[in-house]
Amino acid sequence: MTKYLARHIVRFALLMLAVGLVVFALVSVSPIDPVQANVGQAAYVNMSEAKRAQLASYWGGDVPFWERFANWAGALLHGDMGTSLRFNAPVSEVIAHRAANSLALMGIAWLISGVLGFALGVVAGARRGGAVDRVVRGYCFLLASTPTFWLGLLILMIFAVQLGWFPIGFSVPIGVSAADVTLADAAHHLVLPALTLSVTGVANIALHTREKVVDVLESDYVRFARARGESDLSVVLHHCLRNVALPAVTLQCAFISEIFGGSVLVEQVFSYPGLGQAAVTAGLGGDVALLAGIALVSAALVFGGNLLANILYGVLDPRMRVNEGGA
Amino acid sequence: MMTKTNGGAPMEASSAGRAAELAHERTAHEGAQLHHHHTHAATSSHGGGHHLLQVEDLSVSFRMYDEGAPYFKAKQHDVQVLHELSIAVHAGEIVAVVGASGSGKTLLADAVLGLFEPNATVTGRIWFDGERMDAAGLRALRGHGLSLVPQSVSHLDPMMRVGKQVEGFANDLSKAERKTRRAQLFERYGLGPEVARLYPHELSGGMARRVLLCCALMDSPRVIVADEPTPGLDLDLAVRALDDFRAFANEGNGVLLITHDIELALRVADRVAVFKDGTVVEETATASFADPGLLRHPFTRELWHALPEHDFAAGEGAGGKGQEQACEGEKESASEQVREHEKASSPVPAQVREGEETPTPASAGAGGFDGKEGGAC
Repeated sequence: MTKYLARHIVRFALLMLAVGLVVFALVSVSPIDPVQANVGQAAYVNMSEAKRAQLASYWGGDVPFWERFANWAGALLHGDMGTSLRFNAPVSEVIAHRAANSLALMGIAWLISGVLGFALGVVAGARRGGAVDRVVRGYCFLLASTPTFWLGLLILMIFAVQLGWFPIGFSVPIGVSAADVTLADAAHHLVLPALTLSVTGVANIALHTREKVVDVLESDYVRFARARGESDLSVVLHHCLRNVALPAVTLQCAFISEIFGGSVLVEQVFSYPGLGQAAVTAGLGGDVALLAGIALVSAALVFGGNLLANILYGVLDPRMRVNEGGA
Repeated sequence: MMTKTNGGAPMEASSAGRAAELAHERTAHEGAQLHHHHTHAATSSHGGGHHLLQVEDLSVSFRMYDEGAPYFKAKQHDVQVLHELSIAVHAGEIVAVVGASGSGKTLLADAVLGLFEPNATVTGRIWFDGERMDAAGLRALRGHGLSLVPQSVSHLDPMMRVGKQVEGFANDLSKAERKTRRAQLFERYGLGPEVARLYPHELSGGMARRVLLCCALMDSPRVIVADEPTPGLDLDLAVRALDDFRAFANEGNGVLLITHDIELALRVADRVAVFKDGTVVEETATASFADPGLLRHPFTRELWHALPEHDFAAGEGAGGKGQEQACEGEKESASEQVREHEKASSPVPAQVREGEETPTPASAGAGGFDGKEGGAC
């Protein structure tokens, strides 16, 4: 067990290091001039040469790549993620603020897509070839081939513009002071982005679950269960769910990365101030500390998701449990 | 079709007496030598005036696409896998269906249990304990009178503890009754209470076999359909498995034992049905295998000659290939073990000695056969 834990901790540290390095390398070769990107076109043109040089050194333009990376990595070891130059605040603060919004959005989308997708997959698989199966499959294929941002725009047009049921963007009402924002307000703003993200996530899990259900229903043990007089419902409840839950859980944990990627697009479309939007801002503004911070957090999330899947595998599947014990 | 009569017994009426035959299917009759396409063993009895399980003219075909044709041009056509198969199981007997591996014997089990694929067309008549069954009737029988003993541990849900699976979900017992009955069965078959906590992958081959049998017995069946229950078991376990079926049959129940191993079948079964090309070509008492003159179908006689303890004669003409399939398929391992075991221990197998102590008719049949073999060796 300690060996297992140690192995994962080392892996995690190496992953963080690699992610940080890649982000720094990418930013250093990026053609974006942080000074130009952040002060605005007009101000940049009217700026004096000395002022430009001062700003360039503020953005770290004169520090060599390796030194910059070493400084950042050294500070990180002490728990300091650096300062976001764009937001003029510590990176950890920016991320914490943004993450609260994003995690709510992603968590809800992750749960809904998982539960709904699993349910649809089981029903479609149990009734394979039937009308329900065809509808579910058609829905999934349609959604799987729909770009998230396009669906977001569509939902925005229907529910926010035409029907006016939901706000058109942001995470809180406009013109209301932060202290007066209620939970209901926040929830109201969360509905459309969460819906967009969930709806597209359903297809993946539902189609995979359906395939697995079909496999299980054709297995020897289901044949035997039927030979013992079990009804279709009993077979699904007693034999199908547990055998299918395992791959579904794995898939859904691995799907965290997809949700994260989707949230970047959805947050752009809905002007929702989350991590995804911050990442876009940081990337376009050459804010390397913030970008690296967000990359680390998202990599950690995905890593955590996969680790969770591994652990759940052991909990759910007795065969894996024995292997773990032996290792 | 059937050219030789069996000791002057009346020959099967062909198409002339068809109507009479249909009427006869469920009427009471005494143990005649040949009726309903089969001859009786000494044990065969018609409790209640009928067979325990009777299958008449069972045909199964599958609607499928022509495999050779290009994808979009492929036409659907019917492939018949069972043709007018008839077989009967009497109370108190084991009937072995013997045929080559992969010849479609399992489809017989599926059809009897009413487990049809959606693209299957099944015709024929099945009687259970004197009652005519339709598809719904067969469905209702599953686990309530008719039970399956499957081949391997892959028929157990890998994610569920063995005890719970044996207890089952569809029988008419209450939860507590299931537990008690399961415990009784485990005790009877030498499975410790801790086995109930195991998962299927933790079972040894012998334990798995007993667990599968317990699953079937849990539902208190009258007829057990055993689909290749012995492959992969060593000789000891195979013999014990068959003893368990013997004990079950001796309680007045029936066993339809589907196997590719004719030697094993001859050891344990009261009657043998020879399965070839999707139908039963001959259904006869095991004792008939003592003398090829008692076997009526040419394929059965070829089979007899091909048995290792006989003259190993090659089949006459085209039948040779079929016989090879039937005799030398997967069963090699098991039957070779049987032979080795016999050589190692004594010229007269342990089975027979047991049989002599308690001369059940079944072992009398097997004993006669084995005795002859002893002489030949």
